[in-house]
Amino acid sequence: MERTLRDWRAITIFVGPALLLFIVILVIPIVWSLGYTLTEGSVIAGFHFVGLSNYARLFQDSAFWSALWFSVKYAALVSAGQVFFGLMLALLYSFYLKRSSVLVRTLVFLPVVLPTVAVAQLFVKLFAITPQYGFLNSFLHAVHLDALVQPWLGQGGSAFWVIVLMDVWKAMGLYAVLLYTGLMDIPEDTLEAARLDGAHGWKLTQFIILPLLTPVIVTSLIFSLNGTLKVFDSVLALTGGGPGTSTTPLTLYMYKTSFSYSQYGYGSTIAVALTLLCLIVSLIIIRRSRED
Amino acid sequence: MTKRTAALPVLPILSALLALSTALAAPVTFLSVQNEDQGATKIIGELAREYQKTNPAAAYTYQNSPQTDLAQKLQLLAASSSLPAVYNVDQPALLDQLYRSGQAADLEATFKKLGIYNTLNPAAVALIKRQNGGKLVTLPLELNIEGFWYNKAIFTANGLKEPRTWAELIKDADALNAKGIQPFAASGDQKWPLTRLIGGYAARKYGYDVMDRVKAGTLKLTDPGFVEAAKAVQDLGKKNYFGKGVNTVDYATAVDQFLQGKAAMIYMGSWVLSDFNDAARNKIGTQNIGLFNFPAVTGGKGSTNDWSLNTGISTAVNQKLNDADLGNWIKYVFTRYGNKALAESGMITGFTVTQTPKNLPVLTSLTQAKLRAVKNGYLWFEANFSPKATSVATDNAQLLVTGDITPQDYMSKLQDALK
Repeated sequence: MERTLRDWRAITIFVGPALLLFIVILVIPIVWSLGYTLTEGSVIAGFHFVGLSNYARLFQDSAFWSALWFSVKYAALVSAGQVFFGLMLALLYSFYLKRSSVLVRTLVFLPVVLPTVAVAQLFVKLFAITPQYGFLNSFLHAVHLDALVQPWLGQGGSAFWVIVLMDVWKAMGLYAVLLYTGLMDIPEDTLEAARLDGAHGWKLTQFIILPLLTPVIVTSLIFSLNGTLKVFDSVLALTGGGPGTSTTPLTLYMYKTSFSYSQYGYGSTIAVALTLLCLIVSLIIIRRSRED
Repeated sequence: MTKRTAALPVLPILSALLALSTALAAPVTFLSVQNEDQGATKIIGELAREYQKTNPAAAYTYQNSPQTDLAQKLQLLAASSSLPAVYNVDQPALLDQLYRSGQAADLEATFKKLGIYNTLNPAAVALIKRQNGGKLVTLPLELNIEGFWYNKAIFTANGLKEPRTWAELIKDADALNAKGIQPFAASGDQKWPLTRLIGGYAARKYGYDVMDRVKAGTLKLTDPGFVEAAKAVQDLGKKNYFGKGVNTVDYATAVDQFLQGKAAMIYMGSWVLSDFNDAARNKIGTQNIGLFNFPAVTGGKGSTNDWSLNTGISTAVNQKLNDADLGNWIKYVFTRYGNKALAESGMITGFTVTQTPKNLPVLTSLTQAKLRAVKNGYLWFEANFSPKATSVATDNAQLLVTGDITPQDYMSKLQDALK
């Protein structure tokens, strides 16, 4: 084996094709995209070199900062929600429902496999006000709380919380299953020993389960944060980034800039900023988990 | 088997291939944001298939693109010189780029060369030229006026008349609202129905050439008249005169609210006539619908004889495919288009009509009468804006009507976006 790994011909044959494919479909487009950040123009009118002016523009663009703030706020809340509720569900499956958890697991996992557009349509109907009240407004009306009836998706503040709720609900099943497998890996005799030492309930969770589950929680957080920082489909399907630009994340701003405003250079610059953000967040989490 | 007999089965195949290649030689494709059975796209499709019967080489194909993806699609097609023969293009700046790169035809030259320039309505031509730097680069598939359509029965029952001033309009809206009737239907989800009101108010305040003056830089969007316009529209939203959740109301719902008698007025272009003339949707009856122009505003220089006009979604012809075959197709389709659109759909177009149908829908006749009385036409609010400025105008209009942004901030953001 060791001899094979020292053999350059073997390396070329085994790794070469995959490496070539990786370079062609990933590295070159990334470098190409980086090149676009130094240009201005369109595919019809042509591109011209503008140096670092797109990067300078980024710092002065209030719409960029607003989209960045939305992305960060949304990612923090949704990731926390997805992993927290996923963990709660995993503990529920493991310690309370045990063998009878299959049905609950299936039900909670169901939204994960549903198309985002379908889930968004469901939420649009739940929170509708016109032409008919959706479920929530109907309920509020039925219990005589008409003052609370409102266009949940037609106002920036409430629309944000509806998106958060939808995406936590949609993905918590995935993290519940992921964390459940982590819980299954904790040896039963370790738990039994802790119980004999008097650790039950929250103490057992705090001192035994959570420390042993940390690698899976960290992995879940990295997955979740990277997914939520790149949120696009659920926002587009639910609010289209509105009302106004109040629910516009960086991805949607990048898309609009590139494809609606035909500013490919600046759009690529926003994409680079988003890539850096994802990288920084992942590095911070990994470093913190190593320190722990 | 001799060589001669062996070649025999090949001959039909070769001739079929030849026929196929001839058929593929000059297909005419129309890229449209409309469904195939809607409006101008339906009429063009029917005429193209009629032409195809006698000219099989001019095979007609229809392609659809959602309006949200249109600009992106056009750019990708243009970059590879693959634009179809006829295509919608919804951004004036992109249309200009396509014209400069030789991918959008000069239709004045084309129609004159074909000897059918007289089929075009001069008013529609002037409108298109005004929008496109003096060039006729799009087809006037529609000729629309915009105004407030109102429910006559509701107005009569409440003792109201067509308002002539903005103050009277607000007074009417107040009266209707007090009786629990929603004054206006509007699609905040589409956004542009809200900015149309700002544009109309500004045209009354400064005159019909207001947006041309903004383009020329002699007027700024932060000038008091524009802020007043934004405030006037914001007040309607704050008073809930567009109904609950205006920003979640889509186009069809807004039209249905009006056609079901749930709202007394709707500001819309005359393209909406096809919905009004649909008996299945129109529950209030065409005879119960009236139209009045954007009312005058206090201290305004604009006239109520000026109307907001447009020629529908811009439709260009690909100059790279603009040869004799396409010329024949254009000649066939567009010498018949005006008559057919009016007769079949009650559509008023920018093409001359030589045979007026006997039983025109009442609302089509009403629109024609209003069109005849137009003194000056003005374009919609964002007609001269870049895609980015259009987006700033429409997106922020949603925040304006909910009171989440001040009229001053709205206009400042828009003025900044024009730079």
